Amino acid sequence: MRRAAPRPRFSGFDDPVFDAQMTFRAVMNATANPGRVEELSLLPDMPSRLAASLAAAALALIDHDTPVFLDRSFASDPDIAASLSFHTGCGFVEDPSCAAFALIGHPAECPAFSSFAQGTLEYPDRSATLFLQVEKLDNEAGLRLRGPGISDSRHLAAAPLPASLAEELAANRERFPQGVDLLLFNGSRLAALPRSTRVEG
Amino acid sequence: MSAPSYNFAYLDEQTKRMIRRAILKAIAVPGYQVPFASREMPMPYGWGTGGVQITASIIGPKDVLKVIDQGSDDTTNAVSIRAFFAKVASVAVTTRTREADIIQTRHRIPETPLAEGQIIVFQVPIPEPLRFLEPRETETRLMHALEDYGPMHIKLYEDIARHGHIATTYAYPVRVAGRYLMDPSPTPKFDNPKMHISPALQLFGAGREKRIYAIPPNTEVVSLDFEDHPFEVQRFDRTCALCGAAGVYLDEVLTDDKGARMFVCSDTDHCECRQAAPRLAEGA
Repeated sequence: MRRAAPRPRFSGFDDPVFDAQMTFRAVMNATANPGRVEELSLLPDMPSRLAASLAAAALALIDHDTPVFLDRSFASDPDIAASLSFHTGCGFVEDPSCAAFALIGHPAECPAFSSFAQGTLEYPDRSATLFLQVEKLDNEAGLRLRGPGISDSRHLAAAPLPASLAEELAANRERFPQGVDLLLFNGSRLAALPRSTRVEG
Repeated sequence: MSAPSYNFAYLDEQTKRMIRRAILKAIAVPGYQVPFASREMPMPYGWGTGGVQITASIIGPKDVLKVIDQGSDDTTNAVSIRAFFAKVASVAVTTRTREADIIQTRHRIPETPLAEGQIIVFQVPIPEPLRFLEPRETETRLMHALEDYGPMHIKLYEDIARHGHIATTYAYPVRVAGRYLMDPSPTPKFDNPKMHISPALQLFGAGREKRIYAIPPNTEVVSLDFEDHPFEVQRFDRTCALCGAAGVYLDEVLTDDKGARMFVCSDTDHCECRQAAPRLAEGA
């Protein structure tokens, strides 16, 4: 007797082609304009522990070529690894330095940025992108950002973040062109802190 | 069942993801050349396969695309790439700079200033500005890592020693955000100042050489020069023969076999808009 193939519990993007394209454009706009909060309109069906925008970016960018690191809070929900693996074909790694993408559900306890792949001086692109899920994300007063993609300066408020964020980001900028790139997610919104950005206060 | 057809925008989704990840890293490290697994495209190398792959990876059904070749919307390369995307992505196409969301270009930046939210995609033949000084990729990688850009200054100095001025007129090297030396693709140096603090996102794709690089909006792009030989753009001692525009990049066109010639705007859209609105042209 043939059994029907098990249906995934979470169906991901409604339309994998166009939803991934729109999500990517939002991530690209966010990266090109560091700190500017972008809003996603098409959101995937994924485990509710994941912010919808984080789940969308993960589905749009992750595949079998990109090992994924899950922090303890995301790893504790087996649906997350199962649905990401089902939809993207990605593998998971325990060692943060082996990950292309690190999904961090509890940014206050994020491993040190320096423990992730930094790239090399010759190939700084071989570095990790960190997805941080935060509870607050807007352009109110908070971090003051300067650098490429920003005319003069821009404000970004995000919380919770690692207690040592200021030092971590300063050290990350110091390593330029090596370093990690951050994407922050809250609900349907996202913002980027690429390594080229200088953070004040 | 419908007949098999190409995926939206020709490339398969896994290829697009790979290119999209490379674009994000390129934006995060402005001016740095990110290697990518360039695909064979249904056009030869040298026809803009790098630019086409970037455009295919970023374009969506609501985007309006403009394609120019040396400023012109109506040359073979521009027409065929525009037709390619109209066919494989069913996108709207335009020749108007202002109406375009994405502008794919070969060797010019439109005269009409670009706006925030626009994306300009450059087709790049040789992305490495140091390649003619140092043929080994391992060495040029190291030179970028160490910011060892002295040899490029020496090359420009040799221009001055030989010709009395910097004779490099296109692919004129720039520093991006104070760090990476970058080849602006073979655009005339006339367009270099348009890259500086541009409101548009600038993406560069080299298909044969398998490199992607980028300049985010509002980013410093400085053309190399010397205190006593500051960077200068080409100047034309005449105006466009068709629209009368001054201060634009002109093409020389031979009109017969007796040496008669005329100078016209290289940016055909800019020229047509001015001819259509002559009163505005007088003010410019």
